Formats: sequence, structure tokens, C-alpha cells
Amino acid sequence: MSTFALVHRPAAFATAGVLRTVDHKDIGVMYVLMGVGFLIVGGIEALLLRVQLATPNERVLDPSTYDQLFTMHGLTMIFLVAVPILVGFANYVVPLQIGARDVAFPRLNALSFWLSLFGGVLLYLSFVAGGAPDAGWFAYAPLTEPSHAVGSGMDWYIFGLAVNGAGTIIGAINLAVTILLMRCPGMVMGRAPMFTWMVLITSVLILGAYPILTSALVMLLVDRELGGRFFDPAGGGNATLWQHLFWSFGHPEVYVVILPAFGMISEIVPVFSGKPLFGYRFVAGSGIAIGFLAFGVWAHHMFAVGLGDAENAFFSATSMLIAVPTGVKIFNWLATMWRGRIRLEMPMVFALGFIASFVVGGLTGVSLGVVPLDLYTTDSYYVVGHLHYVLFGGTFMAVFAGLYYWFPKVTGRFLGHRLGLAHFWLTLVGLTLAFLPLHLLGIEGMPRRVWTYPAGLGWEWPNLIATVGSFVIAAGTIALALNVWRSLRTGDRAGDDPWDAYTLEWSTPSPPPAYNFDAIPTVRGKRPLWDRKHPDRTDPS
Amino acid sequence: MSATPVPLRRDPNLVGIGLFIASESLFFLGVVIAYGVFREQGLATAKAQLDLGRTAIFSALLFASSGTVARAVATRSRAWLALTVALGAAFLIGQSLEYVRLLGAGLRPGTELFGTTFFTLTGLHALHVLVGLALLSTLLGASTARRSRVGASAWEGIAMYWHFVDAVWVVVFSVVYLGTFVG
Repeated sequence: MSTFALVHRPAAFATAGVLRTVDHKDIGVMYVLMGVGFLIVGGIEALLLRVQLATPNERVLDPSTYDQLFTMHGLTMIFLVAVPILVGFANYVVPLQIGARDVAFPRLNALSFWLSLFGGVLLYLSFVAGGAPDAGWFAYAPLTEPSHAVGSGMDWYIFGLAVNGAGTIIGAINLAVTILLMRCPGMVMGRAPMFTWMVLITSVLILGAYPILTSALVMLLVDRELGGRFFDPAGGGNATLWQHLFWSFGHPEVYVVILPAFGMISEIVPVFSGKPLFGYRFVAGSGIAIGFLAFGVWAHHMFAVGLGDAENAFFSATSMLIAVPTGVKIFNWLATMWRGRIRLEMPMVFALGFIASFVVGGLTGVSLGVVPLDLYTTDSYYVVGHLHYVLFGGTFMAVFAGLYYWFPKVTGRFLGHRLGLAHFWLTLVGLTLAFLPLHLLGIEGMPRRVWTYPAGLGWEWPNLIATVGSFVIAAGTIALALNVWRSLRTGDRAGDDPWDAYTLEWSTPSPPPAYNFDAIPTVRGKRPLWDRKHPDRTDPS
Repeated sequence: MSATPVPLRRDPNLVGIGLFIASESLFFLGVVIAYGVFREQGLATAKAQLDLGRTAIFSALLFASSGTVARAVATRSRAWLALTVALGAAFLIGQSLEYVRLLGAGLRPGTELFGTTFFTLTGLHALHVLVGLALLSTLLGASTARRSRVGASAWEGIAMYWHFVDAVWVVVFSVVYLGTFVG
């Protein structure tokens, strides 16, 4: 079975291939499809939340359902949408980019996928088992202790995330070993494509972060099922310990879902600017810097806990510091575009949208690193606005850019340009309407996670606009779905190298055969395909 | 088995196991930190209940098994491998005796903080020992049945994991037992 069958004969693939395939391309597509499936669920949850918040004193949802929905929305979008989609892209693209025939451990790769999916299914079984987890995605103690969370929702949370996390950890080992050991002759790390670089750093972040979450989950399980007292202050435990452990995982996790996005943008911007990536070493190096710093900023989620001035000052400083390598990347992309021959194809359009909206999320992130401002806005809609700008305006915009970029490789067909533009503008306008007003709401004092609010606080208009925006985003996503559907049936044929790109995945047929390459390629520079097209010239990069 | 052996540093299986062990170390770090956070509150119970002497003897058996597994790998010896399994199993028996004694004295994960942290940390380690014993036994069986087909990465990889299980116990024994009675 191959991706070709998956795309062109989905029924045949579904009956047999899906269960036994170990091809990295199939598994990559399956990861993305898993993410898309959960994106629809998580998106509907978001729309329900926004309907409940559209006007004051709304009664569409009861408070208990509301709590379950915002918890599941967050868990879904992080663990079951963002991570699987990015891991899916990595699975599909990385072996092709490094000139390998598959990942290092193809069968483990299938195991990773099925564990990730099964973890997601476990999490959602909570709905039929008496109620989903309802303590927020970061599940602060003691709300999760048996005394406060009486249903089984938190147990499904523990098992769902642990199983999903096991899949993600195994997948990260696989990708890291693949990148470290399976690069084709001539591809030293200093020549590896930037997406591959960012996936390697992401894998290391996963290996550093997820085990800490797992240990916290095990402790929570001991508390819930064996009467343990880790996080139960009434029994002498320490609720803040959960926060430390969770955010030691949770903040690196933020970079897990943004670094591959940086990698995608670092592939797309050079190709559509007709130039090599500006400052390759700085883009890779700043990624490594982010990887290190990511483990030293977690307590900026905890300024309001009262850790002490020294601790707050330290984590404030590291949070400012991590903005520097992030800014380095932004300037590298801008410098790549500078005096380039820019082609505004859909991948580039989304890449530009990514840079614009990610800068907003990045800057509000820096503002939240300022302790006094954070103390004022903590747990308010300002934070919600910030994180949605980073995760939706950042990660998702980049994923869309990557989708338009690699879709022709995966399916052999282009996505349509006009529907693509509709998707882009609806998404950009939608996210601005949905997430910009949240900052205002936060500054005006609206706390996050409230089920409803009274009239007369000045919160009506921003909330209504945000709800309208969420539906505009949904409309954009429908435009994308239409585009994919039409393209699979009647889209223009793309050929092997539709974008005049630089990296090895474009040297294969679209879709690539099961074995990827007839002969393992040998490379002599950072842009192997450019070298092949210009045999008489030396790559200036 | 292959004509040109891959250097161990570039063997994907071993690099993969190395990364797995690195992630496992962070998993244990989380639990050890939790133990440290609650150490003071549990110190009195720990002093009164833990059996340092007997556990030290059983710990020595586990530490010795790192040496025997290294001999087993170096000489591809099933006898040394069997001895490793025996030492690991003896350690688990020692742990079981300690558990039975503590449970008999009324200590449970839910009775006080020391019970919570002690049983979680040592229990998670014991589970890893159990997994290691299963791996070693599988290797023992496979190398008996079809010796030539067991590759170098199987010997080296399983030994790496066993050394890790041992190293975790160095930390756990130091934190839980030595940390209670020494200093």
C-alpha cells in the first residue's frame, strides 16, 4: 500500500491498507487525517463555547457542559490536532527531505500513530462514561483530586494523555534517530533542510517534556485511585507541585507545536522568494536556543501563585530572552524576502499571514512575561487572546501554508488558487475578529473560563465580535474542505516539482513511490535540487 | 550476523534506546523531585519503618547484576545472562519482602504522604525491573533457541536498559534509604 492508494483509492486503502501500513508517507497522511478529524470536533466545541458567550446571560449550555467543552477543546486542539498534524507532516516530509527510503523504525512508526489515536479515543470515551474532564486542559489541583472531581472524567484524562503521550514519545525517538542516522551521503547536519532541523529540535523537546507530564499523570492517578496525597493540600500535599510539573511539560509543548511551523515557513519563504534562506546558521541556531530556553520559562505561567520576587524575576527574564531567538527567525524570513522575486502562490500567502499574526501573538507573549502586567491580566481573556494568536495565527497558519505547499507532492494535484484565497482571507479576517477583541476583554477584566457574564460591564461587543469571528474561521475551513474535495477530483496536475523548489522531496514523482528514491541521492549543498538544476553553478547559500 | 557490523554509536536501535532511556530518566526525575518535595514530612515515618540493612543487601545484588550483564554481553554468555536474571529476581523478592513488611505495619499510599511517595517511586522502579527481567528472559530464550539470529543490538540494547534500571535504583536508594538514615 502506498500514499497513492490512500489518496486515489481510499476505499481499497481503508479496507486493508490502513491497518497494516508501515510506510512513512501513509502514516504521515493518517496522522494529518486524525488531526483533521479532531479539528472538526474541537472546532465545533469552540463554536459552542462562542455561542454561549455571544451575549450576556446566555443559557445555550449549562455550566457543567461548558466546563467540559472548554477543557476538551483545549486538550483536543493541542494533543489531538496540532501535534498529530505536525508529526504527520514530519513523517511524510522528513525522510524525503533527507534522501531516505523510510523512517528508522517503520513498524514503531505505525505503533506511534495508533497509540496517539487510541489516546484520543480514550479521552473522548469520557463523554459516554459519565462526563468529560472539566478542570481545564492544565487541570490544576485540587480540582482534579477525588474530593473535587467526583466523576471518572479525570481518569480518562490521565489514561488518554498517557497513551497519546506514549505514542508521541515513540514517534519523537523515531524521527530523531531517522534525522541523526539516515541522512543520504553528503547531507551533513549543516546542509539539512530547515524543516528537518526544526523537527529534530522538536523531537528532543518532546523527549524532554512529555515524560514529565507522564510522571505527573502517574502521581495524579495514585492520588485518585490509591488515595495518595501528592497534590491534595488537605492531606499535606502540594497543589503547586502539579503546576510546576505540568508547565515543565506545558511550556516546551508550546514550542513543540511552533518549531515545526517555523520549519515550514523556513522552507516556503525561500522557495517563493527565489532566494536561499537568509542566515541558515542563525535560523538553525536560534531553533536550538529556543529548544534550550523552552525548559527554563515554565513558571511564567505561575506568576500569580506567589513564588517570590526572585523566582518571578528569573522566569520573567528567561521569557524575555526566548523572544530574542524567535525574533531572529522573523528577521531572517524578512531578509530572505528582501529583494527576492516573490511569487504570491498560496503557500507564500499563508506564510505571510503567519508572520503577521504570529508577531502579534509573540509580542503579547512578551508582554505577559512582564510580571506586573501578567498579575493584572493572568487568567483573563488577554491570555486567551495571546495563546490563540500563537497557536491559531501561528501554528495553524503555518500548517495551512505547508498544506498548500506539500499537497501537490502528496496527491499529484494543486489546491485551487481562488478557493485558497477565499480560505486565506476568511481565516485572517476571522482570526482577527475572533481573537483580537479577547485582549480588550482581558484588559477590561473578563476572566477566562467563566460560563456567562452579566450585561453592563462593557463586555458585550467584544464577545459578540469574537463569536462572529469564530464562525468566519469556520467558513474559511469549509472553503478549505471544498478546495481539497475539488482538487482531489479535478485539480490541476502538479508534476514532480511544481514550485521550482530546493529540497529532495521535489525530486521524486508526485505522489512518491513506496521506496521514495530509485537510487539514494548524494548531495553537495544546502539546496540539492537547485544544485541539480544548476550543475554549472555554485550555490550562493 | 551481518558482514559489516555497524559501529554501536551509529546503530539506530541503540541510539533509539538511548533516547528512550533519556526520556525515561526525565520521567523518574519528576517522581524523584516529588519525593524530595515531601521528604521532610515523611522523614519520621521513613526512619521508623524502612529497613536499611536488608534493602542494602538486596540493592547490592541489583548493582552486581550490572556487572554480570556486562560480562554476558561481552562474551555472549547465556550463563551470565541467567545469573543476571536471578539477581534481578532476587532484588524484586527483596522489594516484595519490604512491601509486605510495610503493608503489615499499616503503611499505604493513602495513609500518609510518606506512603504516597515511597510506594509510587519504588513501585515505578520495580515495574521497570520487571520489564527488564522480561527483556532479559526473552533474550535468554531467543539466544538459546536460535543463537546466531540474535543481533548485536539486542544484546547491547537490553543491557543498556538493564544498566539504566540499575542506575535509577542508585538514585532511588540514595534518596529514599541513604537520605533517610545518613546525614
